Amino acid sequence: MVCAMVAVLEIEGLRKTYRSRRRGERRALDGFDMVVEAGQVHGFLGPNGSGKTTTLRTLLGLIRPNGGRMAILGQEVPANLPAVVGKVGAIVESPQFFPHFSAQDTLSLLADAGNLSQQRVPEVLEVVGLRDRAKERVKTYSLGMKQRLAVASALLKNPQLLILDEPANGLDPGGIREMRDLMRDLSASGMTVLLSSHILGEVQQICDSVTIISLGRRVAAGPVAEVLAQHSSGGLRVRLESSADLPAAAQVLVASGVRVDIQPDHLLVSGVDKPSSVTRMLAGRDLYVSELAPITVDLESVFLELTGTAPVAGQHRQVDQSAEVPA
Amino acid sequence: MKGLVRAEFRRLFKRRVTRLMLGLLVLALGTIITAFSLASHKIGPSELAAAETKAQSAYETQLRYHEQGVAECEAAKARGENVNEQYPPDCGREFGPQREQFDAEWFLPYEFNFHDEFGIFISVFAGIVALAAYIIGASFVGAEWHSGGMMNLLLWRPKRLSVLFTKLGVLLTSVLGVSLALGTLWTIALWLIGKFDGQTGKMTQGTWESFAISGARGIGLVLAVAAIAYGLASVGRHTAMALGVAIGAGVISEIGLRIALDIAGVKFADRYYLSTYAMAWFEKKWTLEDWNACNFSISGECKPDVFVVTWQQSALVFGLGTAVVLIAATWLMRRRDVT
Repeated sequence: MVCAMVAVLEIEGLRKTYRSRRRGERRALDGFDMVVEAGQVHGFLGPNGSGKTTTLRTLLGLIRPNGGRMAILGQEVPANLPAVVGKVGAIVESPQFFPHFSAQDTLSLLADAGNLSQQRVPEVLEVVGLRDRAKERVKTYSLGMKQRLAVASALLKNPQLLILDEPANGLDPGGIREMRDLMRDLSASGMTVLLSSHILGEVQQICDSVTIISLGRRVAAGPVAEVLAQHSSGGLRVRLESSADLPAAAQVLVASGVRVDIQPDHLLVSGVDKPSSVTRMLAGRDLYVSELAPITVDLESVFLELTGTAPVAGQHRQVDQSAEVPA
Repeated sequence: MKGLVRAEFRRLFKRRVTRLMLGLLVLALGTIITAFSLASHKIGPSELAAAETKAQSAYETQLRYHEQGVAECEAAKARGENVNEQYPPDCGREFGPQREQFDAEWFLPYEFNFHDEFGIFISVFAGIVALAAYIIGASFVGAEWHSGGMMNLLLWRPKRLSVLFTKLGVLLTSVLGVSLALGTLWTIALWLIGKFDGQTGKMTQGTWESFAISGARGIGLVLAVAAIAYGLASVGRHTAMALGVAIGAGVISEIGLRIALDIAGVKFADRYYLSTYAMAWFEKKWTLEDWNACNFSISGECKPDVFVVTWQQSALVFGLGTAVVLIAATWLMRRRDVT
């Protein structure tokens, strides 16, 4: 059976160009596309300056796009943003609050502005763990506490779509784990979460799908497993009972037409259709395999490959230096 | 919309700058009232008698000095000295002080007259309240933009102009309310000073109406000032923008322009200064005179050229200024990227 997924967020061909008399034109978004389906935790990844925050700000009506189409919960935005904004909770970039108000006051004023019940304020403060510090001024908060307050403000509306830009920024390890659990719980309750983050390990753990952006364009998108599979080399790591046999084993495998890279204690083999053929070939020459494992890729390596931002020894990569992808 | 209005009223009166400026405002107005209450004394028979005694005493002192001077002159003359250079003819005997020259009124204490002086106090009140309104208005939107509070609010209320004008409406309503409340207290306090420590003067319905109109003009200026501060801080997204423009306008209009026009010898240069229009606004009209011109009257008197600035012209200048700033704030609010 094929289930038709409902898109909560759709972006097509989004363009934004910043114009400055001194610095000229800079294309922040260059025909960017993204789809987030209902009930998912969707990771939004990209190097610094790739257009993530511009995308989120444009989506939320803070920036005027130069072209393209956006829709939230089936409503075209920014035209219908006032109609859907009550169902969208968002934090954009670093948390910014009036420093002389307490967390309680900050949320209470937002609740009033959004015509929400004041009852929600203590509820969300409890959820983000700020209950006991709620009456202190925001300026006394650490970055992590401000981040929690930002998440609380986004949750205040009990939104259908939650947009979080770097929510783990400044959080301690316990806080990061709490944030991960919170997102899982929210997703389980039916909320769709769009998560922009640089902590790729976290994204890989909690996200169902991802979109990767580089230089204002989408370079990869889809379920996390699919994106990883698409960029997996299909290689194998082969260890033998005796490391002394590695050169002989390499010779056998090369003769059969596969590519082999000899490492000090193992072989990296690629171009193999069936891993069992490696065992068979080597056993036929009295070379016995002690470990045969597929080489897996993680999101970090896929990200670095796709965005061309992997560090190179002796080079200092500049912020806008990323991989060009065809339009 | 009701929720946003409620939130903005709460936000305005929760802000430290608002509370501080209201405190300072009450303190400044209270200090003036206290000072005038202490300085003003009701004039009665005993004060008049005391003044009469002081005038007589002053007359007698001056008379004694005069007689002493005449005696010294006579003595010098008797010694054969030439006194013509030091003393008037006849040793100044005929220039002695006269009793009627010592008016008892000069020796009376200050007595506040509500009827005659309240008009000036309306201007003083409006000036002080306008200063507070300027700072509160600038900070209300400037600090919100600068701290990111405005961006947060726009995530909840994406209709930008609605947010801009709701905040402005809340600011102006609050300034109006505070001005009316403090203005009423100010009037009552000064009237009480007149009643118990001075004179109320002959108060007619016409006098009260005149004060009410002056008060309305004063509050109108306060509201315009608050709106300009709000607009400027919104344009610059920072409180300092409004404060900087205020200082800049003051320096350019009152110092730079004054020096430049003075050097250029421009006739009626005062018509280019903002302060002239502020004075005309309060005084209904402000007359500038050019004493370099001499227009002979029928009696042969030399009269200067005059240029009259009316309160209507002031209304045009301040109204246009307010409109230009608010139009700029509106245009930018619609167009700008919130980054």
